[in-house]
Amino acid sequence: MVETMNNTWFLACQVQDVPENGGVCVKVKDQQIALFHFARRGEWYATQNECPHRQQMALSRGMIGSQGEEPKVACPFHKKTFSLKTGACLSGDVEAIKTYSVMVKDESVYIFLESDEI
Amino acid sequence: MKIIIIGNGMVGYKFCEKLIAKNPQDIELVVFGEEIRPAYDRVHLSEFFSGKTAKDLEMAPASWYEDHGVKLHIGDPVMHVDCQNRTVTSHAGITESYDYLVFATGSSAFVPPIPGVEKDGVFIYRTIEDLEMMRDWAPKAKKGAVIGGGLLGLEAAKAMIDLGVTDTHVIEFAPRLMPRQIDETGSAILQAKLESIGLHILTSTNTLEITGSDKISGMRFQNDQLLDVDMLVISAGIKPRDELAKSAGLAIGARGGILVDSQMLTSDPHILAIGECALYEGMIYGLVAPGYEMAEVAIATLLGSDKQFTGFDMSTKLKLIGIDVASFGDPFSSDAEVRSIVLEDRNKGIYKRVNISADGKMLLGGILIGDAEQYNMLLQTCKNQVVLPPNPEDIILGSRGGESEGGAGVLSLPDDAMICSCEAVSKGDICSHVINGAENVEAIKKCTKAGTGCGGCVPMVKDLVNHTLKSQGIYVRNVICEHFDYSRQELLDLVHLHNLRSYDEVLSAHGHGDGCEVCKPLVASLIASLWNEMILDKGNDTAQDSNDRFLANIQKGGTYSVVPRIPGGEITPDKLIVIGEVAKEYNLYTKITGGQRIDLFGAHLTDLPAIWEKLIEAGFESGHAYGKALRTVKSCVGSTWCRFGLHDSVSFAIQIEERYRGIRAPHKIKGGVSGCIRECAEAQSKDFGIIATEKGWNLHVCGNGGSKPQHALLLASDIDSETCIRYIDRFLMFYIKTADPLTRTATWLNKLEGGIDYLRNVVVNDSLGLAEELESEMQKLVDNYVCEWKAAVENPEFRKRFSHFVNAPEEKDPTIDFEVLRDQKKAKAWN
Ligand code: SRM
Ligand SMILES: Cc1cc2nc3c(=O)[nH]c(=O)nc-3n(C[C@H](O)[C@H](O)[C@H](O)COP(=O)(O)OP(=O)(O)OC[C@H]3O[C@@H](n4cnc5c(N)ncnc54)[C@H](O)[C@@H]3O)c2cc1C
Ligand code: SF4
Ligand code: FES
Repeated sequence: MVETMNNTWFLACQVQDVPENGGVCVKVKDQQIALFHFARRGEWYATQNECPHRQQMALSRGMIGSQGEEPKVACPFHKKTFSLKTGACLSGDVEAIKTYSVMVKDESVYIFLESDEI
Repeated sequence: MKIIIIGNGMVGYKFCEKLIAKNPQDIELVVFGEEIRPAYDRVHLSEFFSGKTAKDLEMAPASWYEDHGVKLHIGDPVMHVDCQNRTVTSHAGITESYDYLVFATGSSAFVPPIPGVEKDGVFIYRTIEDLEMMRDWAPKAKKGAVIGGGLLGLEAAKAMIDLGVTDTHVIEFAPRLMPRQIDETGSAILQAKLESIGLHILTSTNTLEITGSDKISGMRFQNDQLLDVDMLVISAGIKPRDELAKSAGLAIGARGGILVDSQMLTSDPHILAIGECALYEGMIYGLVAPGYEMAEVAIATLLGSDKQFTGFDMSTKLKLIGIDVASFGDPFSSDAEVRSIVLEDRNKGIYKRVNISADGKMLLGGILIGDAEQYNMLLQTCKNQVVLPPNPEDIILGSRGGESEGGAGVLSLPDDAMICSCEAVSKGDICSHVINGAENVEAIKKCTKAGTGCGGCVPMVKDLVNHTLKSQGIYVRNVICEHFDYSRQELLDLVHLHNLRSYDEVLSAHGHGDGCEVCKPLVASLIASLWNEMILDKGNDTAQDSNDRFLANIQKGGTYSVVPRIPGGEITPDKLIVIGEVAKEYNLYTKITGGQRIDLFGAHLTDLPAIWEKLIEAGFESGHAYGKALRTVKSCVGSTWCRFGLHDSVSFAIQIEERYRGIRAPHKIKGGVSGCIRECAEAQSKDFGIIATEKGWNLHVCGNGGSKPQHALLLASDIDSETCIRYIDRFLMFYIKTADPLTRTATWLNKLEGGIDYLRNVVVNDSLGLAEELESEMQKLVDNYVCEWKAAVENPEFRKRFSHFVNAPEEKDPTIDFEVLRDQKKAKAWN
């Protein structure tokens, strides 16, 4: 399909720019994406930065962890938690957040964006 | 070695039990008992009337002796002892030889030589047979009497009422009841109590004759007073059973009793005596606990180890249902130095007296009538020389602040405190058995025998079991979250013990999974509380709550507040100007806070390091407004300006704020110092509040504002500055080490069993012996302090984290928006 041509691996930052077991906020044009280095598991995740609860640009400053096997992030404002895998809200009624794929290559970190997200 | 024991009473039995428990090699035990059944619990003899059978009262069944290789001859008294050839001969004609002979012949009731004591219907109160005879006689009797108003006499009188002889008189020769255990006022109140249950009491009454033909019909007293009686119990004291010892040629005391030394040896080196027949330093010990101690000593003597009997405390509690009477230690203060505190409530029939050393520190003894609930605690406080609280009257009045005594008192006792004196079981023994799985009183009774003697310690045993279980987290396991199966306190100990310094280390060593927003800040706070290292170091930054991670409070819209420390609320004009300049430069909203300092709101994450750099340059430090840490120590102006001020409250507030700045705790901590009783610093609403007095400072603790305000409670009064700081050191450190996460001091105190009294005991009286440790731990934290904002701005690695976009560090978050308000700005409302 033609659109796939425009899907991109966006170069976000270097591995060392992200605190281990923490997150940073990546600017993609006028969007904000939270990027997490789950060092304990050797995994990377990316989600929207905005918390759907009070529309705060804050998830990248949230704390990550696990609930059972599910990796999650807690918003620093009111501690709503969201699955880093599916984006579903694990602690109640708030809508799900968007998640992105992450790739690490030669110490560089890339986030996968579909064409309509660029 | 062959040992013969004469007498199978409580002490004779205990001797066998204790000896067997020591598993000695090559020992042969032979026991002769005069009574027709093996040893039984004489202390609880009266329960025979409330339904207990002889079997129930048995110390151990006959099979026990067999199982343990003890040769038991019951119903067969020893009639002759040949010390030369070391043999004994019994009534049935059995002759046995011995290497060592132990007299445990006990006592018999002392029967005064009153004409007529041999008549039918006259009883003594000592054996099961005595009670069986009373039981058979009672239905024919209407009017009863007991000679003797002592401990046993009153127990017998109560038994008469229980047997249906409700019209019963107690005849006492002395002018009052229980003259050896309680004082005059106590006697009077006890008498009133006994009269209220229907007993008639005749004191100063001497019985001259018991009248009747074969059968008792009455009593004649001095002044020819007469009393119709058809049943009489004589309980006028005890008489040691020394007749056999005497005929064997052993040394006997002038007024009876087999003379023993501190090793329980009689005048014959192969013969020992223990229990109620033994006379040690002119004293017959008519209680079971000293008898058991003697048994222990005798065994040591026989097995060649060194143990001495050095006398024993004669504290007692009367077992009358419904009437509490107890006396302990020295119930009468003979010394002029001794101070007594007395509580007398004739209305309720309560009398309590405690005797206290001149310095107010030690409990010497006391009397409890009408309410002896505190008996065990007081007895232990007395015996173990536990330092008393500053207001010693609390120990009999109970704390009046609504705190429950609970079992916390037990906690203040040292490990070697004797909880069960009958069986010599210490607090440490009980606690360690609880830890090893004996999780209820019954189990403890089984494995330690505590509570199986007089039973007086059972409530304390129960408290100890509960407390130990609790401290083991068994019933109330406040586990932190799915990642750690520990309570905060347990985890703190682990982190301390294993010297762990990062969240990841702690999780790997003691947790599972990947952590979460509950355990991360908790562990990060523990680490900070223990080591006081820079909180962003060692990868701990991502374990910190958002506010701690960025060293500022996140606010609506995602900006942060900046709160420099202004110790005691004192600030120079120059510093005020700097704050103004910084606020202007970074367009910050400024407000005087409720904590006497200035908050600058609306800072971008990216600007924080630069803002702080400027503030630090002007001499400011972090105010820790973001941390579970010391916030402010509020001051009033005090004696430097105020016409009422007693001391310089500002200087003291500054000194204290600077001492505790940066220290992490389970929740935030606030202090206050007021220069006089007018209390302009509102110190009593703080976690610790200090108020100047004529003589020094009053220290209040555990106050709280917030949604559930609570006044702080007085911890110590009229103390000097140095003592005040020492107490705060201990108090804060104790709180830091024991509180649940996110629990302010007020809530912590509310949950602390024993409340403020317990806390005072720990902090002021050092009842746990922790004071020094707490102080030095605090000092370490104090010494380790560095301003974390200074550390952050000077370290490029930390500094790098204060940017919104990782890929555009100079840019601010474009979504942040402000509105205008009264010449300043405010955060945009939530959507
Ligand atoms: C700024 C200030 C209000 C003001 O404008 O005066 C304030 C502001 C906040 N308070 Fe407060 N409290 C402020 C004085 C107080 C006081 C009064 C005092 O300290 O004398 C109290 C009641 C006294 C007390 O704590 O016992 C107070 C009781 C609370 C509580 C309830 C605590 C409780 O135990 O119930 C919270 C919530 C919490 O800590 O969990 C809280 C929390 C907060 C937070 C941290 C809420 C938050 O997470 O955003 C606010 C953040 C302010 C910021 O960003 O800097 N604040 N807060 C005051 C700052 C004092 C300072 O200089 O540090
Ligand atoms: C009603 C009552 C209530 C009491 N309440 C308490 C209390 O609350 N707290 C407390 O501490 N104490 C109490 N006591 C006292 C306690 O029971 C005694 O201190 C304890 O029983 C003493 O033990 P003993 O082995 O020395 O003597 P005993 O228990 O009297 O045993 C001695 C035994 O030796 C036997 N004997 C004597 N001579 C010979 C012989 N020649 N050959 C063989 N056998 C012989 C006797 O028959 C007896 O069985 C109470 C006593 C009574 C009677
Ligand atoms: S009282 Fe409530 S609204 Fe006011 S500062 Fe404190 S926490 Fe914020
Ligand atoms: S804004 Fe994220 S939980 Fe409220």
